[in-house]
Amino acid sequence: MIVAARIFVVGGLTSFRALFYWLTPWIYVPTMLVAPIFQILLFAYIGRSAGLESDEFYLIGNALQYAAVPCLFAMAQMVGGERYQNTLSAILVSPAPRIPLFFGRSLPVLLNGAFVAAFSLLVGALVLGVHLPASSLAPLGVVVLIAAFSCTGLGLINAAASLRIRENAVLSNVIFGFLLIFTGANVPLDALPSWMSTAAQGMPFTHAIKAARQLAAGANLGDVHRLLGAELLVGAIYGVAGYALLRWFEVQSRRYATLERS
Amino acid sequence: MRVLRVLGIGWLLHFKIISRSPFAMGVGVTWPIVNATIAYFMYRAGGHPQTLLYASLGSAVAGIWSMAAIDVTGAIQRQRWWGTLELLVGAPVPFALILLPMAIAIASAGIYALATTLVWGRLVYGIPLPLEHPLAFVVAVAVTIASLGVLGFALSMVLMRFRTAGWIGNSLEYPVWIVSGLLFPIAVLPAWSHPISWALAPTWGMRALLHSALGGHPWREVGLCAGLAVVYAALGVALLERFLDAARERATLSLT
Repeated sequence: MIVAARIFVVGGLTSFRALFYWLTPWIYVPTMLVAPIFQILLFAYIGRSAGLESDEFYLIGNALQYAAVPCLFAMAQMVGGERYQNTLSAILVSPAPRIPLFFGRSLPVLLNGAFVAAFSLLVGALVLGVHLPASSLAPLGVVVLIAAFSCTGLGLINAAASLRIRENAVLSNVIFGFLLIFTGANVPLDALPSWMSTAAQGMPFTHAIKAARQLAAGANLGDVHRLLGAELLVGAIYGVAGYALLRWFEVQSRRYATLERS
Repeated sequence: MRVLRVLGIGWLLHFKIISRSPFAMGVGVTWPIVNATIAYFMYRAGGHPQTLLYASLGSAVAGIWSMAAIDVTGAIQRQRWWGTLELLVGAPVPFALILLPMAIAIASAGIYALATTLVWGRLVYGIPLPLEHPLAFVVAVAVTIASLGVLGFALSMVLMRFRTAGWIGNSLEYPVWIVSGLLFPIAVLPAWSHPISWALAPTWGMRALLHSALGGHPWREVGLCAGLAVVYAALGVALLERFLDAARERATLSLT
């Protein structure tokens, strides 16, 4: 039990510090703290030009959705970075229990994703002059955490895919783009074709963004508990599926000697 | 003649290299489609379907800029990784003549983004491409690509002393998309930002493409775009000379 806890906490933290290349301020600040503010501004200005929704709509949608950058890319790096540094086989040949090994690496990613989204939300609100009620800040913090959890679940699938494909950065970009289109971050779900808004129900962020918009409009956590439950369920399903895929691809890569294919 | 040969062969070589990069091609083709799709749904839902061609062309120019911002600013760092930077600097050909075609070749890969976005817009959303001035459109595409590549070259000179230049360049994607009005008219931006817009080639490249497609007077915008490229090139070469002198004096070319 103690070994598992140590792998979960120490292993996860060490892996994050070693593999998350954005941790240097010269990359972290422009990529994680500056870029999301400009993403918010871009879509807020398109929204003004299109006469579609308020600045608050784009602020909340894009701030939450930007958690996808740390969550997707860092989880893919969990495999791709180990392979690049020739430590992947050493990790996977070890007798370490896989649940703390993989999920321990997810925790710092989740917390970082939540921090990036919360920072973007607060700074974006200041830049655009959007007023978020003080009473909504703590509930919004909960929503941000749940959104990051949900996307980290999808990130586990992304990490598993990295065991089979080389270009995990391309895959992460494609998934990020899909989330930007489908989740209602910028286009109201009822303005999307019905198949897209239906597909969005099974994607991270969709329910969290809707809940955050309701909280900013004055709702309380109790009012949005169904949305948050749905977001947690989506994240849990992706997390379990991602873990199962990781294990399956691990076995496959041993069987076909494809672990170090790069 | 020798200068033209260096420029031509340099462009061709690096265009082939970038065309075979799964990352550049994957991301470079995906993002314009993502942007065009979002802009299409936003403008349609907002009741402005007449702006769809604007969004489509803007997404394509945004894709070209992404290539320049990410890959050109990271070009020198890539040469460091490959161990070829010292060889290129030590070659008898001026280093600027090696870097300039490299930058323009990388931006030229944006032609894939342009083609993909226009085909995507036509086939999926039925957005027509009228092409009122076909010759001006072809020239505008070439000049826009070249000027964005040279802007990337000048930017890479500013960021040359940073190992993380590519990442910093990456974060400049959105700001240039915004200030250049690639996905919305710059009239909605604050007035203080307009001079910045006018100093950026993507602003004029976008207008040149729009006017040559929809009608108007594109040649003035083409000329402004080309003029800005000359200014960027002069600025970049001057900075490059200073950088090379400093790097030789302090032995810091490899930054290791």
